[in-house]
Amino acid sequence: MIAAVLVVGSLTAIIGVALSLAAARLPADRDTLTRRIDALLPQTQCGQCGYAGCRPYAEAIANGDAAINQCAPGGDLTIRAVAELLGQTPRPLNPVYGEHRGPLVATIDEAACIGCLRCLEVCPVDAILGAPRHLHTVLNDLCTGCELCIAPCPVDCISLETRAGHA
Amino acid sequence: MSELVLILIGTVLVNNFVLAKFLGLCPLLGASQRIETALGMSLATCFVLTLAAVFSYLIDTYLLQPLELGYLRILSFILVIAAAVQFSEFMLRRTQPVLHQALGVYLPLITTNCAVLGVALLNSRQSDNLVQALAYGLGAGLGFGLVMLLFAGLRERLEQADVPAPFQGAAIALATAGLMSMAFLGFAGLSRG
Repeated sequence: MIAAVLVVGSLTAIIGVALSLAAARLPADRDTLTRRIDALLPQTQCGQCGYAGCRPYAEAIANGDAAINQCAPGGDLTIRAVAELLGQTPRPLNPVYGEHRGPLVATIDEAACIGCLRCLEVCPVDAILGAPRHLHTVLNDLCTGCELCIAPCPVDCISLETRAGHA
Repeated sequence: MSELVLILIGTVLVNNFVLAKFLGLCPLLGASQRIETALGMSLATCFVLTLAAVFSYLIDTYLLQPLELGYLRILSFILVIAAAVQFSEFMLRRTQPVLHQALGVYLPLITTNCAVLGVALLNSRQSDNLVQALAYGLGAGLGFGLVMLLFAGLRERLEQADVPAPFQGAAIALATAGLMSMAFLGFAGLSRG
């Protein structure tokens, strides 16, 4: 009886220790690393970094394919946080990928809007509300200020403003 | 040496675990929709089978039998199998995240793959030494992989076929597995006995 308990107990203990040792020895879990980098990015999904969104950019950083200074909406704050996570030295934002302008929010000039729906289609976070030939409006809480809706607007009625409280 | 080759051929073709002993049918049906997933699944199962065969043989011979604790066999084998599966699970997650995602729940389910426990239990009865146990586990894994790949190939072809309505889905898969099993019966002539 005691032998049985001892055998099963020590087997369990040995296997547990061996597994946790193996887990510590193996290369870092890329999936968790991606998730942790992704959590530091501003989630604007703007694609200014050259990737389709924040998560693909985080994956590229985790794989070592992308530099950490490509996120314009995040600016120095984001670069510093990612650099700290990865143990790299922070570098200034690469101007190729745009300039940092602080937290932005899109505003539609409702007098000029013709209700064409083009900005709805490009919005990565579905923050624009509208129907065909009715004027559209931006849901401020959801808007990430990604600038993607500016270019498709045929009457240039969308502008970006600094978010209130972040002047 | 020739004995090892015999064990390997025997477990891969003659006494194939899936088609002759009918162990491990769940992953055969569950993870064989695409050849790539089937390949990943077979590699993972083969790895787990070999590892589990070796370690369970060691535990059985040097721990359980001297202490006359044979009744703990199933419990300790399942422990070993679970650890081997866990190990291959995080190996895969860290090195092949895409494959890991494709295999999904079938990867941890290798733990309950009856072929794995079957090999461990049969090993304690038939194998005389560690090398034989290893060959038996490896052979079972290779046999499983062979059947998995053949079956996945057949199923990929069947996707294009015009299957009668009552046979679609699981029914045609089971019929295919049955026909394969009959085909593998032909290998029975290879064995001496």
